[in-house]
Amino acid sequence: MFLKDYIKEVYGAVKSLVVGMRRTGYYFTHHKEIITEQYPDNRDTLKLADRFKGEVVMPHNENNEHRCTGCTACELACPNGTIKVITRFDITPEGKKKKAIDKLVYHLELCTMCNLCVTACPSDAIKMAQTFEHSVYDRNKLTKILNNPGSKIMEGVE
Amino acid sequence: MWSLSQIAGSIHEWLSTTFNPTIALVLEMVIAGVAIIGLFAVLGLVLVIMERKVAAWIQIRLGPNRVGPKGLLQSAADTVKLLVKEGMTPDGADKFLFNLAPFIAMIVAMLLMAPIAFAKDFQLWDLNIGILYVSSVSSIMVISILMAGWSSNNKYSLMGAMRSGAQIVSYELSAGLAILTIVVLTGSLQVSEIVQSQANGWWLFKGHIPAIIAFVIFMIAVTAETNRAPFDLAEAESELTAGFHTEYSGMKFALFFLSEYVNVFIVCAIGATLFLGGWMPFHIGNWDAFNHVMDYIPSSVWFFGKTFFLIFLIMWFRWTFPRLRIDQLLNLEWKYLLPISMVNLLLMTALAILGWHF
Amino acid sequence: MVEELGKTTEGDLVINVGPQHPATHGVLHLVITLNGETIKNVEPHLGYIHRSIEKMSESLTYRQFIYVTSRMDYLSAHINNHACALCVEKGLQVEVPERAQVIRVIMDELTRIASHELWWGAMAMDLGALTPFFYAFRERETINEIMEETCGARLTMNYMVPGGVLQDLHPDFQRKVKEFIQLYKRKIHEYDELVTGNIIFQNRMKGVGYLSPEDAISYGCSGPVTRGSGVSSDIRKRYPYEIYDKLEFDEILETGCDSFARYLVRIREMEQSVRIIEQLIDNIPEGDFQAKTKAVLKLPKGEFYQRVETARGELGVYIVSEGGTTPYRIKYRSPGFSNLSVLNKIATGSKLGDLVAMMGTLDLVIPDIDR
Repeated sequence: MFLKDYIKEVYGAVKSLVVGMRRTGYYFTHHKEIITEQYPDNRDTLKLADRFKGEVVMPHNENNEHRCTGCTACELACPNGTIKVITRFDITPEGKKKKAIDKLVYHLELCTMCNLCVTACPSDAIKMAQTFEHSVYDRNKLTKILNNPGSKIMEGVE
Repeated sequence: MWSLSQIAGSIHEWLSTTFNPTIALVLEMVIAGVAIIGLFAVLGLVLVIMERKVAAWIQIRLGPNRVGPKGLLQSAADTVKLLVKEGMTPDGADKFLFNLAPFIAMIVAMLLMAPIAFAKDFQLWDLNIGILYVSSVSSIMVISILMAGWSSNNKYSLMGAMRSGAQIVSYELSAGLAILTIVVLTGSLQVSEIVQSQANGWWLFKGHIPAIIAFVIFMIAVTAETNRAPFDLAEAESELTAGFHTEYSGMKFALFFLSEYVNVFIVCAIGATLFLGGWMPFHIGNWDAFNHVMDYIPSSVWFFGKTFFLIFLIMWFRWTFPRLRIDQLLNLEWKYLLPISMVNLLLMTALAILGWHF
Repeated sequence: MVEELGKTTEGDLVINVGPQHPATHGVLHLVITLNGETIKNVEPHLGYIHRSIEKMSESLTYRQFIYVTSRMDYLSAHINNHACALCVEKGLQVEVPERAQVIRVIMDELTRIASHELWWGAMAMDLGALTPFFYAFRERETINEIMEETCGARLTMNYMVPGGVLQDLHPDFQRKVKEFIQLYKRKIHEYDELVTGNIIFQNRMKGVGYLSPEDAISYGCSGPVTRGSGVSSDIRKRYPYEIYDKLEFDEILETGCDSFARYLVRIREMEQSVRIIEQLIDNIPEGDFQAKTKAVLKLPKGEFYQRVETARGELGVYIVSEGGTTPYRIKYRSPGFSNLSVLNKIATGSKLGDLVAMMGTLDLVIPDIDR
């Protein structure tokens, strides 16, 4: 009886090991199951999800116009102080003073891509871009100014 | 037909006609030494890339694929990196032993090469106690590990070394008993005779079930003896970071690494010699046509093919199983492998006396 | 360090596992007193990744502080965010639309599966089997892709906001989740073949790390750790939130009390999560994904507490409000901290190799412990 249990035990043990080896052996011989993505090589075909949060950008139209009114809603919504809105006062043709952005400074190195600024923006001036290769050799390069030089606000955006 | 033994024979002939016998002998020794070192380097390169590819394919990865065609030069690049890396010696270490240990590991691996028959009539030293020599010299291996672990003056290293000491000493028993089953059949310890005795069939097939059991036990025991997973307690990275070679870096680490792989090669070569007929081609009874075709494959190809098959088996183990605990490891040896292999040896002896093997 | 050395007797070995060690999966520091291979005492030292998330949250508004909690237990980031959102909603008395509730629950369960998958691979790796890690990541990757598509991020999603979810589901969401469930059902037997049924693995797990039900309660453990000791502790069943009371799923209880029981609980919990997702995925109601809330949230004066079941156990969020736009005090009751505290209890007397296995079954995430 003891011997029978002993042999049964050994048999069960060996069987469980063989089952495991069959599984790894299956993958060893079936190379189509390989899931490696050869990243820098597949850069052309790599497609990120269109909602992927890579960095904050400010879209400009062909006339170098953006939609930012300088309301600082994004600055207030940001948990890390990533965005700093520097405003100036433009004189409109009618001679009135109008608030506009001078610079919208964006610290990529502080950003956690939480999307709160984009949802806070009342005029859809900023959005998330799908870029992800952010590494640079100089930290200063991560501090970005989102509005293009010489850009102005789009007509009709209040 | 072109063969390794012919090349060796012609070199020997040329040397003995050109120089006087003493100088010829010395030159032959030098050539043999250089050949062994060259074999070491090649084995290291081949086995490392093989292990990485096997691991990658099992783990549904591609593995190294950047250096050279299909990544085949990856291990050469790694070797260059290890060569130029600084070999640190910790301040608190016993410097003499610390620096000596990797070389002992290496020398042991080199000594073990001597009685291995790589091809037909191609052997460095066909001494009449070849198998005994292998099993006794391989036990010196533990000294280098203990030396490395102790002299590192690191608790992780010490524990790894102590574990591997307990492990190697116990697993040598069942490895020895598994070897003995074949020695009982052949009645000789000489490697060339063991190979010759398998001319009409390998012992794995000729020796019935006891030979198969012995083969399984031998494979388990040598996996443990070479400190490979699932028995890699000496360097269990999730427990002891890197075990006995935690403090080693650069070329000294590379020597340990290399000696591990060369040891795997050697034990697999011994396994192939004992159970799978060494360089003997695969013959089936009196199928003369088939046997004749098999004879056309060079003997060295047979030997290396069998050896690499066994190496692949050991790699397959490594990438499938979790690691054992130290007490389970010793339980496995003393409660299961040792009794089984003792009974098995008894069976085999009865079989040999009664002449029931083929 | 010094007082620990004082407690040792001759022949004892004190080793520091961590803060940099392959087994601790993070910056946990364990001071272990060993007698040979046998553990005499384990003392966890914390604080290597303390980022004062609780204090930081006090200066952030109720919309902003949620994102920080993703960095606590990063493997169940979604569920952490959920807990905070629920707590704020409790204070605001906001009714969350049904669609948002269903989306939240599906996301929670997907996160739970992803977390358990990673735990499975990492634990097998602790035990020396490196291959399962890659198989686990293959399945986890599909979940991450679903998350990336809908939430825009793979690990720290920040998808939950007070009143609902940040964005509506991606049109492909349902199809992708169904595909994942197919994949999961096709591959789950490999887990049994490779690890669960393996004789070496079973011997490593059975009978080690015994945690009695009494100890599990008195140490304040939660999640799969207590359920492995047969103590019912699933917040989803006992204090249901969102729509969990309307769903059919079982609370997994194992009575083995050892590492293997805790292992089985997690493996079987994944099946239950799949069951929940299967119930919901075809029945996502139409409607708003977010309730209408004010731009600036102000909680009334008072104290609010909400607990949820994360992949690791009970996460409690406690907010004290003075009526302003930022919380006066925030306290997180994280599961990892209490689960770590039993380590000394269950590890004493076992072998060093088993300590790693036990830490694996406790499923420790170090940033969750330190916060």
